[in-house]
Amino acid sequence: MSSLTLDPEVRHELRIFAVLAAVFGAAYFLPVGTPRFDAAVTEALELTKWYAREHFVLCLLPAFWIAGAIAAFVSQASVMRYLGPKAPKPLAYGVGSVAGTLLAVCSCTVLPLFQGIYRMGAGLGPATAFLYSGPAINALAIIMTAKVLGASLGLARAVGAVAFSVVIGLLMAFLFRREEQQKASAAAALPEPEAGRPLAHTAAFFSVMVGILVFANWGAASQASGFFAAVHGVKWWLTSALAVAFALMLWRWFGIELARISVVAVAIVGTAIAMPGHPTWPVLVGVLGLAWLTAGRDDEAGEWFNQAWGYTKQIVPLLLAGVLVAGLLLGRPGHEGLIPSPWISSLVGGNSLAANMFAAVSGAFMYFATLTEVPIVQGLVGSGMGPGPALALLLAGPALSLPSMIVLQSILGLKKTAVYVSLVVLVATLSGWCYGLLVT
Amino acid sequence: MKIQILGSGCAKCRSLTAIAEQAAQDLGLAYELEKVTDVKRYPEFGVMFTPALVVDGVVKLSGKVPSLEEAKRLLT
Repeated sequence: MSSLTLDPEVRHELRIFAVLAAVFGAAYFLPVGTPRFDAAVTEALELTKWYAREHFVLCLLPAFWIAGAIAAFVSQASVMRYLGPKAPKPLAYGVGSVAGTLLAVCSCTVLPLFQGIYRMGAGLGPATAFLYSGPAINALAIIMTAKVLGASLGLARAVGAVAFSVVIGLLMAFLFRREEQQKASAAAALPEPEAGRPLAHTAAFFSVMVGILVFANWGAASQASGFFAAVHGVKWWLTSALAVAFALMLWRWFGIELARISVVAVAIVGTAIAMPGHPTWPVLVGVLGLAWLTAGRDDEAGEWFNQAWGYTKQIVPLLLAGVLVAGLLLGRPGHEGLIPSPWISSLVGGNSLAANMFAAVSGAFMYFATLTEVPIVQGLVGSGMGPGPALALLLAGPALSLPSMIVLQSILGLKKTAVYVSLVVLVATLSGWCYGLLVT
Repeated sequence: MKIQILGSGCAKCRSLTAIAEQAAQDLGLAYELEKVTDVKRYPEFGVMFTPALVVDGVVKLSGKVPSLEEAKRLLT
């Protein structure tokens, strides 16, 4: 064996050589000039531009602030109390199925929390419910799914994830009811609950932020009259009114200096007047202004900024890569990327059980970095994927991946992991199929 | 003293490691740092929220990244 073990220094140089060789090979055989490849590159760039123009400022940036606020202002310890060893079972299942919204903003926290609930808390059932629904119902995922893929698929994803997480949790608890889990000796060390603001303040603060997000992204209605069209006509007035309320809260509840808030307000109004018809710019000024107001403070507003900025720098590069790859492979809706559309529609078009099953199985094994499932499913739908298989992929995809299965296997053991994976695939297939029947 | 950082290698865990090391060096402590990346070992410490900072077996902080000042306070 000694001949196979290389000096680390040699191995390092060899790795550099391998990378250079791979880059050379790729460049040498680069299919530039073939129509399909050139069109796919254009598609990748067009899709990225579309995201930058339509989704980034109005939707994604406010969503990062909301996610940051959840992490900074919602006491996670108080949520975990309902998932403790003494929590009543129905309550634990209920909380476990929706706790992902508050606890799982980053996918890297899901597995430690799952293990915590399993070993130190309410047990296998509620822990599984949390594991399944968490990645699908965190604030960023819901917002992006509804904005890019449409409200109906966004709602189906959230409702499907919550409802079926309870089903999967109960089934797991039932199937393994004989296996008494020895609890870890150490009691869970929960972070000290911070002295919080009144609940009404927190609720009002979050409502205003969600309101700004919803009205700023209110789409044009198909009819010229009616409620949705009426709201669309005044959406920027509503958004502005909420922004004023938001500014007052920052001043009264977070102790941010009125003078600095006024500077930002003047900048926003000035931008709006200077660039009429381009609401993206005043919103961008507002977001940057909020960063200026909160960054570098020692209080909870500073913590809020740190959380929001943490998500921003973690997720934006991943999402950018995801959008580029989705554009390259699948193209914008109505255009083709590298993969011919007929392949997609023959595999996952329509709403057959086989199509739903294929989408669920491939979703379960594929790894989706946070939020990248959205542009990928968008590309697939544009290339002929049916709505049912799209939901199946959205439900099975972020919940599981090959890497997460390996970690899960080390926590749960092979048998429980295999049962869990099969249940996820089964439930995702069935919910996709039902959704497909409903909408077509 | 023994400093342990619990976390699976995400961005927050890395920044906690950097801050804890900086704080220990600023304080001139003799320390030994261990990164616990194996999820299975978290229950030994009773930790659910990562990243977590454990000093000589005591969980000092869990679920957030402290400022440098806060980290120094936790290490003394």
